[in-house]
Amino acid sequence: MATDTLHHGATSEPHEHHDTTGTKLFGFWVYLMSDLVIFGSLFATYAVLMKGTAAGPTAADIFELPFVLVETFLLLFSSFTFGMGVLAMNAERLGQVKAWLGITFLLGAAFVGMEVYEFQHLIHQGYGPDQSAFLSSFFTLVGTHGLHVTVGLVWILLMLVQLSTKGITPMTRPRILCLSLFWHFLDIVWICVFSFVYLMGVL
Amino acid sequence: MSHSSSPSAAHSTTSHGSVKSYVTGLLLSLVLTVIPFAVVMGGAFSTGMTVVVIAVTAVLQILVQLVMFMHMNTKADEGWNVMSFVFTLTILVLVVGGSLWIMQHLHLNMMIG
Repeated sequence: MATDTLHHGATSEPHEHHDTTGTKLFGFWVYLMSDLVIFGSLFATYAVLMKGTAAGPTAADIFELPFVLVETFLLLFSSFTFGMGVLAMNAERLGQVKAWLGITFLLGAAFVGMEVYEFQHLIHQGYGPDQSAFLSSFFTLVGTHGLHVTVGLVWILLMLVQLSTKGITPMTRPRILCLSLFWHFLDIVWICVFSFVYLMGVL
Repeated sequence: MSHSSSPSAAHSTTSHGSVKSYVTGLLLSLVLTVIPFAVVMGGAFSTGMTVVVIAVTAVLQILVQLVMFMHMNTKADEGWNVMSFVFTLTILVLVVGGSLWIMQHLHLNMMIG
């Protein structure tokens, strides 16, 4: 037993990264699940408050579906391009990984840009989050998602820097994989947003 | 070849897709996005029917992305990722369903609107 432990300790060092990727990914998965509960609470809040328009605009008055459809496509395609980036990483093609991550960043940035424009447009029209319970919960829910995407964009930039300086290593690999999970997760939350907030809002 | 031992070890615990599975996921997602938007913008169906279409396509698209983009499966990590997901869903049903149920009752009792 003692020699076993000793033996294990001696050999595990050079192969330190051998099986930690799966553990890191599962740990990150658990974080995503807790984040899902946050979004669930915000969806519940929105569902409870959405009829509280306080004589202000209703969902049907302010939502523009073609605009939301373009936002949806941007996020969906960015999810796909990140997947392509992960495949390129598995094939050890550093240049392609950086290219796919760059495209993902541009698509994500366009999404955030559209959302900022939408918020600014609404506030400019006098439909800010201070107008009614409906608008407060709408801005909180959609804004929290937008904030997550913005954090994801910063993370992509950091990974592009690390890929340039370190390349595809046992250190950067699990980080890219965690980021890919984060990015796909945000796309899944957006499915709930466009379905239950925007599409059901205009009915 | 010894260089590739680390990545392949990562593969065995987190099965990754292929170009084919990502393209399939993208196409399915596009179809499942266009259907509810077309139904709502077209306005041909009744409100109840439209809600059903939105809900069903949303759940299907979430499943497509969980399986094809996030590679959620019962094999990796001895199924713990699926287990934690199911647990989270239970919490979500309690939080969202419970909130709506309770607030609906309060709403009726207070005769608002």
